[in-house]
Formats: sequence, C-alpha cells, structure tokens
Amino acid sequence: MERDESVFIMGEDIKRSIYGATMGLLEEFGEKRVLDTPLSENAFFGAAVGAAAVGMRPVVETLTSFMWVAMDQLVSQAAKMRYMFGGQVNLPVVYRATMYYGGGSAAHHSDRSYPMFMNMPGLKIVAPSNPADMKGLMKTAIRDDDVVIMFEDGTLFGNRGDVPANEDLPNGELLVPFGQANTLREGTDVTVVAIAGSVPHAIAAADELEADGISVEVIDPRTLVPLDKGTILESVERTGRLVIADPAHKVCSAASEIASIVAEEGFWSLQAPIVKVASEQVHIPYSPVLEKLVYPTKEKIVTAVKRTLE
Amino acid sequence: MAIDKDLLMLMLRRMWTIRHFEETVIDIYAKGEFGGAAHPYIGEEAVAVGACVAMQDTDYIAGNHRSHGHPLAKGGDPKRAMAELLGRVDGYCKGKGGSMHLADFSIGILGESGILGSSLPVATGAALASKIKGEDFISAVFFGDGASNQGACHESMNLASVWKLPIIFICENNQYAVTTSYRDTVAVEHVSDRASAYNMPGVLVDGQDVVAMYEAISVAIERARAGEGPSLVEGLTYRYEEHSLGLGRIRRGEYRPEEEIERWRQRDPIVIHEKRLVEQGIATQEECDAVRDEVRKEIDEALEFARNSPFPEPEDLFDDMFANPIPQA
Repeated sequence: MERDESVFIMGEDIKRSIYGATMGLLEEFGEKRVLDTPLSENAFFGAAVGAAAVGMRPVVETLTSFMWVAMDQLVSQAAKMRYMFGGQVNLPVVYRATMYYGGGSAAHHSDRSYPMFMNMPGLKIVAPSNPADMKGLMKTAIRDDDVVIMFEDGTLFGNRGDVPANEDLPNGELLVPFGQANTLREGTDVTVVAIAGSVPHAIAAADELEADGISVEVIDPRTLVPLDKGTILESVERTGRLVIADPAHKVCSAASEIASIVAEEGFWSLQAPIVKVASEQVHIPYSPVLEKLVYPTKEKIVTAVKRTLE
Repeated sequence: MAIDKDLLMLMLRRMWTIRHFEETVIDIYAKGEFGGAAHPYIGEEAVAVGACVAMQDTDYIAGNHRSHGHPLAKGGDPKRAMAELLGRVDGYCKGKGGSMHLADFSIGILGESGILGSSLPVATGAALASKIKGEDFISAVFFGDGASNQGACHESMNLASVWKLPIIFICENNQYAVTTSYRDTVAVEHVSDRASAYNMPGVLVDGQDVVAMYEAISVAIERARAGEGPSLVEGLTYRYEEHSLGLGRIRRGEYRPEEEIERWRQRDPIVIHEKRLVEQGIATQEECDAVRDEVRKEIDEALEFARNSPFPEPEDLFDDMFANPIPQA
C-alpha cells in the first residue's frame, strides 16, 4: 500500500482489525483506502472487480465461509471477465480468504474450499504455510495483474518462522514467485506433498519417520494454480512413492489433482500406489471428539508413508 | 433543458443504429449464420441511447444479456460488435464473448453480463474507483425488472448509497423476465420505488422517449459528479421481440396479448423522436430519412466486415486467460 497508491483494502470489520491482519492500516492509509463494508459479499467482491477494471488494485479480506454468498461475482465476473472480453482488461484483485477450521467452528465456518476454485479457470490460487511465504506470496499477489485468491490457513496462525529482512535479500525485498514449490526437507524414500496447514504435520511425520530410518522428502507447492508439477514429478522420480496431505475434502481435492498428474505423467516412476491423506468426506462436526477425526494429522501421514513402503 | 440539434440527431442516429443492427441480427440468425443466444433490444432503444448520450467517453457503463443496445448507444463500433456475434477475430472480444458479452473498455464499456444482476456490483466498483482516485468519471449500469429482484442489485444499491458513489442504476423495465410479468414478481408498483429503501432518488421515466431519458439521466449524472451519490432511474419500456431469438419456436403458451405488443409498437421510440424533431421544426423528414439510410448502409457494411473477418485460430484458444500467463494445466 505504501508502494502503490492504487492498492486499497476492503472487508468486514477491518478498520478495527478484529482478525489482526489489517492492524494499523486505517491510521496509516486513511478511510479512502481502508474500507469497512456492509455484510454484502456479493456486492463488494464484485466491486473489487469493477474497481480493478478501471485501474485500482483492490485487496478484499474475507473468510472462506463467506465466499459462497459471493460465488456469482467470483465465478461469473472475477474468473471469467478477462477471457470473455478477449483480454481487454486486467483484473489485479487479491481475495484474502482465511480458513478457520479445527477449533470447533462447525460446518458453516470451517471451509477449506480451494479445490473448488482450482476447478474454475481464470483464478490463481495461493496457499502459504509459513510467515515468509505468506509475506512473499502476498506481495507477488498484489503486484500480479490477475485475480488471486490467497487461502490463509487459520490453523497456522500464531506459528513463528523466520522472515528474511529486506536488506538481506539480493533484490531488497521478499517476493515469492508463483508456480515454484518449496522443498522443505530432502529425502530419498517417500515424497510427501503437503498443502497449507498440513505442512507442519508432514514435517513432524518426517521427523518421526526419520527415527525409524525412513527418509521423507516434504514439498510445499505454495501455489496450487499455477502448480509446480515439475518439482513433484522430479521428486517422485527419485523416491518412487507419493503421499499427499491436503486439508480439503478428499473428493476432487488438490490432492486428487496432484495424484492424477503423477499417475498420468509419472506412472513409470511409481513403486507403490499413491496415498491421499485429505479431510474425510463429511461436514465438519462441532464436537472436538468428532472434528479431530476429519483432518490430516501427523499420525495419518506416518501411516500413509508406511503403507507406500509395504 | 435545451438540447442542441447535433445531440438530438445523434440520438436518432444511435437509435437507428441499434434498430438496424438488431434487424440484421434477426435476419442472419434465421439464416443460421450464428448460433447461441441473442436478445434483441428493439423497442427499448430510447433507454440506452438517452442515457449514454448524456455521458462522456470516460464514464463507464455495464449491462446485461440484452447486450447489443448498450454498447452501440455509447458509440461502440457496429463492425466489431457484428464480428463478435459471428465469432470472428475482429470482434470486440476476438470471438470469445459473443452476443452476450460485448465490451469496449476504450470508450468506457465495462462489458455485458449474461448473469442477471451480476454487473451491478462491477459497475459499483468502477464508481468506487472514481471516488477513491478523486476523479470525476461516473458509472452506470443497465439491468431489467427481473434483475431488480436479485440480491446483487439490492446489495449494490445499498453499498453505493452508504459510500455515496457516483453511479446510476438504470432499470430498463421491459415488463417481462422472459415470460414472467414484473407485476407478479416485484413487490412494489414500480422498480424505481425501491430507491427509497436506499435513500436515493428514484425516478420513473417514459422509456420510449429518448429526450425524457436523457434529461433524467443528466440530473442523475450531475448529482453523481457532485459527490451526492447514486440514483435509480427506471425507464418503462417494452421489447417487441421474444426474450431471445429462437425462443418463440419452443415456448409453450402465451404470456402477453398481441394487442399489448401492438399498443407498445404504437409508442415506438424512433417514431416518437422523429415526430418531435419534425413537428418542432428541428429537422426535416428528409434529414431524418437520410440518417436512417446512412445507418442502414453502415450496418450493411458492418455485416460485410464481420463476414469477411477470419475465425480465430485453434492456437488462440488459451490466449487472454491471464495478464501474466501460467503454464496450461
């Protein structure tokens, strides 16, 4: 926002920053660039498209669960407009969609909906798993001339991680390019591709398996559209085994797409069936006893890795 | 409101442009020159023309599925519009949008939307940009009586009003959502009555009278540019044709009597405007006829242009998805 006057942010309760991400923005950038909206997601999701079409760079803050009421604007306008109008217009919009799940929010407030948007051409889909990527991908998203949805995983909030200082970076700022996966841990026996909130579980699983003498490579795709399939295929070529950990529901998930790519393009590297560790195909129950059964965990990933080695 | 002759003749020219364009579209659709849907604007010309000639090129409009009239009213090129309908590379959208998605950003046409009510938030956003940038362009959006029942419509009106955005909501009340009368679906007597819920002026206008539309929109534009916020202008109008070309062949059951259609045809917007020009001594019938004939020729040329324009190449399929392209999945 400091760098580019056309960047502004709107959303619900962002002036008082009830979720923390917009803290201090009102004081620094004023009422014109930090807008509290009515509870009208369809209107302000679409207004972002219209503002972008005439030269602004809107950032919209929301939760995944509120995207459903704005689906027409996300799909009919944000995703389709550029192509439908023959490339006449660029739409530099960033939708920040927080995924709150795992904390007893029940079915209406626990959505991890990125696979549905991966299915819709015209959207770039980002899913960071650590603070440095969050910053670097956010900056790339805001500067990108296309519609980007940042799926921000609430289970990661509060995690700490190193974020390089600008002066320590070769070009003086942290920009993480889209379409470049991050190999968080190198390994030789099994490849684990982990998405968003599943990444810490995958790392923990790799630690545990290492003690058993199993070497796990952990890859974080960071962006799901575009997807760095090259890094994944190259890894599977070396390990011959693939587990995918994905907090989304398992049917037509990001994991499904990655599995299908590897089955189509990396089949002859595989020495065992691919295993998906995704959320169960059920709504998110309220009771913690039930909810914890749904998502990928370290234990499920460990079991899956061992299965590929049987 | 004194309106000079050039502007009055421009209104006539643009209405004839739409009329001839649509008649040509109906003709070539019947001959099978293009497929898909096309929604003729015949009968409603005064609404878009009266509104658009009150605007600047730098003002923005967005529209709906009945999409040919709005861009032509704002000065869009019939050649590129016709080429788009025929799916050719010289079309406004290089053949990727078709009849329902004409757009010309160079003259403030943000594009037409096939989903009803869907362009209201987008136009609201263009107005928001004007306000944030501190510029004086305004935005306007055309929608029908049917779309006035969409949540997007109500959300946009409320948002535009609380933020005092420079936008004009223009309801073209052609009285039927496909076959359903607005009297059966709109809870108030007039769509413009809905403005009171959003603390903005709501004006009901004779949508067959291009000058009345021009005047009402001019007032709304002045209010918008002065930073006083949005307005809702309802042009009561009528479509002579079926909702969409080809629909008459499959539709079962009548929904509006022939006498009603005939009654509205007697209030034809072009006839009303020409009559005024001649009776008030502003133009002669010959001058009016000359406009009609010139436009006829222009539309014939547009059709010729469109027919001669090449179809896209297969390798064009993936172009225009992204400004910063990504590898094809």
